[in-house]
Amino acid sequence: MSKDSNLKVLLNGLFKENPTFVLILGMCPTLATTSSAINGLSMGLATTFVLLGSNVVISLLKNIIPDNVRIPAYVVVIATFVTVVEMSMQAYVPALYESLGLFIPLIVVNCIVLGRAEAFAAKNNVFRSALDGLGMGLGFSMALTMLGTVREILGTGKVFGFTLYPDKYGMLLFVLAPGAFIALGFLIAIMNKLKKA
Amino acid sequence: MTYILIFISAVFVNNIVLAQFLGICPFLGVSKKIETALGMSGAVAFVMTIATIFTYIIQKAVLEPFNIGFLQTITFILIIAALVQLVEIILKKVSPALYQALGVFLPLITTNCAILGVAILVIQKDMNMLESVVFAISTAIGFGLALVLFAGIREQLSMAKLPKGMQGTPISLLTAGLLAMAFMGFAGIVK
Repeated sequence: MSKDSNLKVLLNGLFKENPTFVLILGMCPTLATTSSAINGLSMGLATTFVLLGSNVVISLLKNIIPDNVRIPAYVVVIATFVTVVEMSMQAYVPALYESLGLFIPLIVVNCIVLGRAEAFAAKNNVFRSALDGLGMGLGFSMALTMLGTVREILGTGKVFGFTLYPDKYGMLLFVLAPGAFIALGFLIAIMNKLKKA
Repeated sequence: MTYILIFISAVFVNNIVLAQFLGICPFLGVSKKIETALGMSGAVAFVMTIATIFTYIIQKAVLEPFNIGFLQTITFILIIAALVQLVEIILKKVSPALYQALGVFLPLITTNCAILGVAILVIQKDMNMLESVVFAISTAIGFGLALVLFAGIREQLSMAKLPKGMQGTPISLLTAGLLAMAFMGFAGIVK
């Protein structure tokens, strides 16, 4: 890993190890918050902030934290950043806070965040950990926005609130739970196909 | 009557996996065989019930009187992590047979968002102690039901011929989508 250039570290999360399409991690928020493109994007950005913050702090503390208690220590760091996100969203974007609801505190148990802390931040310096956090976060945001866009267009005929076609032709199914599974299934299948080609 | 409604709502109408998207990771991860699916559901039911009771007490006895509700996320996740560890140690000592059955699944449960989700949900829904316990148990049963059904389908699916790109996760997700559609049929039974 240490031989890779900094740019490669950043791009790793976006494509080669995209958390959603390749690693299949953090499925719960991916499916639950992508009923529209804007919700998906904001969930992605909230997660990016937590990833960036926790990666930087954990990388700074990696020599101080004893090995035996590292997981609880990481969890506390992550939970702190999640609380920061939660409180700022509640204060500045209450509507968004309402629509994402339960899934903001649940960023704590998003496997990507703990996974990157353990796999990358604990072994690399601060700058590279920040890049990794940013790349992974943006890759996650990209995936969520794509899924949100697909579901919003198919479900309601809108994208980011702009109407493409009247919503009476929309397939409501895609906004509801089953549509989330089906849309993501097809997106991953397309990604697999593109990767092989 | 309330308890029966809570039960039906949590198992069928608002199924934790298929309608609320909590606990998808174990749902996709350990659903290749019915046996492992049963083991995982057992472990989840066990931890979810205990965790909900503990977090509920902490919320009412510590967080609310001292007005430090913003510490909820940190407190709950630490309680759950500690509890999982504790359950593992106790189970190993008291019932080696049960430990054998559930052991491998226990560490995975800390990162199961369904546990933390239920702990937060009962607080948000303003349930009382007994309602919370019933809700936790019913949710766990709903989780088990979805997991076992899904595992059954996947066992059959493993023999099917599929296009290359669809193998693995994509087909699992599509199956889950169809299962979720079936569960939508329960909508409207309970508000």
